Amino acid sequence: MATDLENKMETMSGAKALMKALEKEGVKEVFGLPGGANLPMYDEFARCDIRHILTRHEQSAAHMADGFGRVSRKPGVCFATSGPGATNILTGIATAQADSAPMVAVTGQVPVAMIGRDAFQESDIIGMANPVVKYAFQPRDAKEVPEAVRKGFFIAETGRPGPVLIDIPKDVQTNQAEMVFPDEFKIRGYHPWADPDMVNVEKAITMLLGAEKPVILAGGGTIISSAFAELQTLAELLMIPVVTTFKGKGSFPENHPLSLGPIGMHGHAEANKIMTEADCVLAIGTRFSDRSVGTFEEFEKRLKIIHMDVDPAEIGKNQTTSVAVVGDVRASLRIMVKMLMQKAIKQTDENKWLQHVKETKEYWRENLKLHPGEMGAAKILRKLRELLPHQSIITTEVGQHQMWASLFFDVIQPGTFFSSTGLGTMGWGFPAAIGAKVAKPDVHVVDIAGDGSFAMTENSLATAVLEDIPVIVFVMNNFTLGMVAQWQRTFYERRMIGVDQGKYCPDYVKLAESYGAQGLRAQSMDELDKAIKTALSSNVATVIDIPIDPEEDVLPFVAPGTSLKDMVLPS
Amino acid sequence: MWAILSILVENKPGILFKVTHLFRSRNFNIDSISVGVTENPEYSRMTITTYGDEKQVTQIVKQLDKMIDTVEVKQLDEHKTVYRELSIFKIKVSNANDSMEINKLANAYGGKVHDVKKDSIMVELTATPDQITAFEELALQFGIIDVARTGVAALQRSGAS
Ligand SMILES: Cc1ncc(C[n+]2csc(CCOP(=O)(O)OP(=O)(O)O)c2C)c(N)n1
Ligand SMILES: [Mg+2]
Repeated sequence: MATDLENKMETMSGAKALMKALEKEGVKEVFGLPGGANLPMYDEFARCDIRHILTRHEQSAAHMADGFGRVSRKPGVCFATSGPGATNILTGIATAQADSAPMVAVTGQVPVAMIGRDAFQESDIIGMANPVVKYAFQPRDAKEVPEAVRKGFFIAETGRPGPVLIDIPKDVQTNQAEMVFPDEFKIRGYHPWADPDMVNVEKAITMLLGAEKPVILAGGGTIISSAFAELQTLAELLMIPVVTTFKGKGSFPENHPLSLGPIGMHGHAEANKIMTEADCVLAIGTRFSDRSVGTFEEFEKRLKIIHMDVDPAEIGKNQTTSVAVVGDVRASLRIMVKMLMQKAIKQTDENKWLQHVKETKEYWRENLKLHPGEMGAAKILRKLRELLPHQSIITTEVGQHQMWASLFFDVIQPGTFFSSTGLGTMGWGFPAAIGAKVAKPDVHVVDIAGDGSFAMTENSLATAVLEDIPVIVFVMNNFTLGMVAQWQRTFYERRMIGVDQGKYCPDYVKLAESYGAQGLRAQSMDELDKAIKTALSSNVATVIDIPIDPEEDVLPFVAPGTSLKDMVLPS
Repeated sequence: MWAILSILVENKPGILFKVTHLFRSRNFNIDSISVGVTENPEYSRMTITTYGDEKQVTQIVKQLDKMIDTVEVKQLDEHKTVYRELSIFKIKVSNANDSMEINKLANAYGGKVHDVKKDSIMVELTATPDQITAFEELALQFGIIDVARTGVAALQRSGAS
């Protein structure tokens, strides 16, 4: 044993140990931006095989790591220096935390002896990040670095995933130590796995079979745990219609006969309707966010809720449940499917509820009023869907375009749609698309963007061009902060304050070209058709600028503080 | 509802900050808090008392449990628990009679008298928070100069679960 340990020991600097530990975790790319306090780790890029992808802002580095993490389901890694570099990644960390995305952020810190003395570029990033990380480490001795990395990755990717921060003082990076790279370690207070809860799965089955109007509500946890096949098998065995949360969008193929799409503030009319009529819901990996369920109290009384979640703290947090199944939702769904198969249960679609669901869906698919113009949101997004291969990955920004994407862009291959749903971070989609493309270089990655959001992180075009990461930015350009404008039209008597973005300020076609990217403008369906095809066949990052009507609203709309049944429809 | 939470945590810097921060960010209240290292120097025990309805308290326990630095989180049943708080009162003495009365009061509550001065007396009282509050109300008639309370320390009785 002793020799085994000795073999593993090697003297090196904390910075070198960091890179070695990252390599051991399988890290191939790091997104970041250097500065004084992380130069020792940057210097190690000269001596290792990890690719550094330079960003123009640390926030974007964090979003790239986030996008990488959501797509690959392995923590994405970002580097930032101390002080302003570290505070710049906070939005990215908070975004990842709100959507349970695996990430490891590594920041430089002032030397240990300087901590607490308001040194140049010192910020208490551990203190600031505490409420928005899953965990944070600050190794105070070089020899603690390998274990911090091993534990950090383990924590970031297991259980309910999330961001981990490792803040490394500069002298800890430069000091030499005898390094041990542990394979095994103990975290006494961390229990990411619960054993599958057979008893409650059995109860859940009985409850679902006894229900007259059952619905499955699939949340983001379904996507995080890749429970796509299990979900589909379950829905088909029981013939239960599937609605999703916005974060769960695309956990179930949206062209499936049982699919109704997302519920919520801007949910599909048919999904919101059916949700409010159901008498029993199987909720999978969801926190019952206010954006998804509105005010839910009135349904609570007659609705039986079965809640599956990996995080025990989600059970009962926002919603009282009848049956709780704690554990990885994929494992729980597997057991459920297995039990059903053993009992040889297979429902048919001949019942009143399913008939009603089908009619409701057909009605709304035909009768939801859409924007009459040639370049209405639905038409644009359906065109994109028509031309884009199913395995392509979509990210979105935040605003009307995001909600239109939810309404009109059907996700066919599960797990290909990602958005900042929890924090609603404008500027997330583009860098996240870059991270996604790094994780999956073989598929097209499209950021469905608004002009306002794109402006927040458009300088990532430099990264896309210089690092040869050809993603597509699909700008639905209404020249306004459209979602805010819609609220001002709806709730503030059309007093439009602080939403006008100016006409072509900037001109995104020219902006793209100035970075060496491709810029295309599409003002008609023909031009859009051509632009999308050109973008898909190019190997350079492309911005498609699509001017649209600034007055188009996103409808249906469930106003905040109201119920899904009070949804406002297009008139 | 008043709840006593017993939280075994890693004895590392910054944990008290994280636990109290959790209460603040999740909109829970801390009524009192006490912390001390356990017989095993790797752990500290925090005893936090809080108010909330049952749903809130359950949620606090779950959120605390979810914290990686907490090793064990328990809500203690006050009827199956020994729980005490230490308090020190500095009470005003206006005349010789006060001095006698304060001594009597301290004795009645099992308190100890310290630092007897012409115009003040200090009383040390270890009791349940309710008893301390009751003592405080009676001491008010003399005038209270200062109070220091430690917050509750608690352990479950053997055999209770
Ligand atoms: C960082 C950040 N700041 C502000 C907001 C508030 N906000 C939500 S949507 C929106 C407008 C987004 O504009 P744009 O990207 O052009 O999208 P549109 O609604 O026009 O489609 C704003 C300002 C936000 N979500 N994120
Ligand atoms: Mg806009």
